[in-house]
Amino acid sequence: MRSHRFYTPWLLMLPALVWLALFSVWPAINTVTLSFTNVHQLTGGHFIGLKNYWLLWHDPHIRDAVINTIVFMVICVPLLTLLPLLLAMLVQRNIRGIAFFRTAFYFPVIASAVTVALIWKWMLDDRGLFNNLLQTMGVVHKTVPFLTDRWLLLLSAIALTVWKGLGYYMLLYMSALGSVRRELHEAAAVDGAGSVRRFWSVTVPGVRGTMILIAVLIAVNAMRVFSELYILGGATGGVGGQDVSIVMLVQQAASGSDGRLGYASAISVFLFFLTAIPLLFLTRLNKNSQEES
Amino acid sequence: MTATTAEDSRERETRGKRPARRGTAVRHPDRKGRSPIFDAPTPHGLVLRYTALVIVLLISIGPMLWELSTSLKSKAEDVYTQNIQLLPHHPTLGNYGEVQNTIPVWHFAVNSLTVAVINVTGNVIGATLAGYVLARLKFKGRKLLLGVFVATLILPAEVTIISKFQMITSMGLGDSILGVCLPDMIAMTNVLLMRNAFMALPKEVEEAAIIDGATVLQRMRYVGLPSVKGTLSVISIFAFIGAWDDFLWPLLVLQSPNKLTLTVGLSYLNGQWSHDPRTIAAGTMMALLPILALFLILQRYFFRGVAEGAIKG
Repeated sequence: MRSHRFYTPWLLMLPALVWLALFSVWPAINTVTLSFTNVHQLTGGHFIGLKNYWLLWHDPHIRDAVINTIVFMVICVPLLTLLPLLLAMLVQRNIRGIAFFRTAFYFPVIASAVTVALIWKWMLDDRGLFNNLLQTMGVVHKTVPFLTDRWLLLLSAIALTVWKGLGYYMLLYMSALGSVRRELHEAAAVDGAGSVRRFWSVTVPGVRGTMILIAVLIAVNAMRVFSELYILGGATGGVGGQDVSIVMLVQQAASGSDGRLGYASAISVFLFFLTAIPLLFLTRLNKNSQEES
Repeated sequence: MTATTAEDSRERETRGKRPARRGTAVRHPDRKGRSPIFDAPTPHGLVLRYTALVIVLLISIGPMLWELSTSLKSKAEDVYTQNIQLLPHHPTLGNYGEVQNTIPVWHFAVNSLTVAVINVTGNVIGATLAGYVLARLKFKGRKLLLGVFVATLILPAEVTIISKFQMITSMGLGDSILGVCLPDMIAMTNVLLMRNAFMALPKEVEEAAIIDGATVLQRMRYVGLPSVKGTLSVISIFAFIGAWDDFLWPLLVLQSPNKLTLTVGLSYLNGQWSHDPRTIAAGTMMALLPILALFLILQRYFFRGVAEGAIKG
């Protein structure tokens, strides 16, 4: 019994194949090609070899963006790997009203980065909620420049990213927690392990795979940050222009009627290699753990 | 990972019915359902749990409520005061009118909605068809093709955005809503998610349908689709939210002030067209409330789909 004609699969896949070719494979190749040219938005261009990469290497904004990215990663990875796990444990038990809490914790994920950044921008304003609270409680006596100081602005964007990410990674952990065996918890409890001890020696090893995956996702996402910094600090990256991300530089280079698409593409290729580092790390780890078992 | 979860929950179910499973029964002969030893819900523990839940709740939706409150405060009320007022004295919708007078916000909303609906439609159709084929039909080159689909996952969208931008412009679709929709109409991630969902279907069911003479489309419609509803709803919800929330891509593509989507329009409202935090708050709420409401309506399907294993790295 034949299940289908030879052309049926291709016919059904046609839309997806067109999109795969036009908006995934071709742009990937073309980005690399463009990065060796000085193509502009309106004027076209020609091959200029590695000049864009030379420019990139000496661009002080790139240096700032890379430093910011590293700070982002160093703070986000541990916080967003650990806090959502605790949160997932908190909502794991089916107690009354838990569905309401789960849904509400997911709200920041549903909201667009632009709207939540605008909300935070108002809270972090010189005369906004945070400054008023801190001054009323007598913690500080001067206005805290959350949005104008080079590092405070970066930290604010990081705090916003962590806040927005909590619910997302919580959801990823929830399904992983389901597969941690209750027997192990009970055995540990019988052996006299307290809840902190059980967390580190039963729960954490139980969700280890998911944890590594999540850490890698956070690292990659930290490199892709855009809207949070763009809204909090403005299009040019804060007062001194130092609070930029790599994607912001791509957008800046390509914007306007004289967008430098060639240079923007070189930054994109650079971004790709950066994001490949955590992914390579992940495949290596997976290979090692497969060899072990 | 999915397999172990399913196995585990099945095991838990059977254990509920027959508490005398050997290994564990030896250790806890008196056990029925939850063990009283270490994680029984004591009143004390329950209070702690709810306290923690409420604190996290305040952290996650408190900022949104503060913004909502600001958007309802009248011009006469000082929003900057150190004497913090959580609730507006004389709630007013005046700021929402102010947004309407400053930017064509309804127009933006319609634009965002158009992009979202087109994205959902494209992804549901495109990803279902391709996902089914990759999971259930045998043909030459399937493995290779699957490899190409998977390989695209390592490309963050931002990396290829310039090239896509150049392509859309050269197609004459720059500064148009269609140009915003086009690249994301079929996302490769969704094709793979649908493939995973269709893979879970037992082979025998489909073989029976083939013997009965069902065509590929009939098998997909009547045998496949009913079992992938969960994943399909997760994909639709994510496609809608993704399109509604997207910022970088429409910011690059759109220039004319009357063609913007809500997120791009809001980013201009902030600072360029308005300095009043009440107006900006009202604009923010107009983008935020519809998507939260939609999620609330659909959350049941969303969490069910997730539980079925729709999102796994």
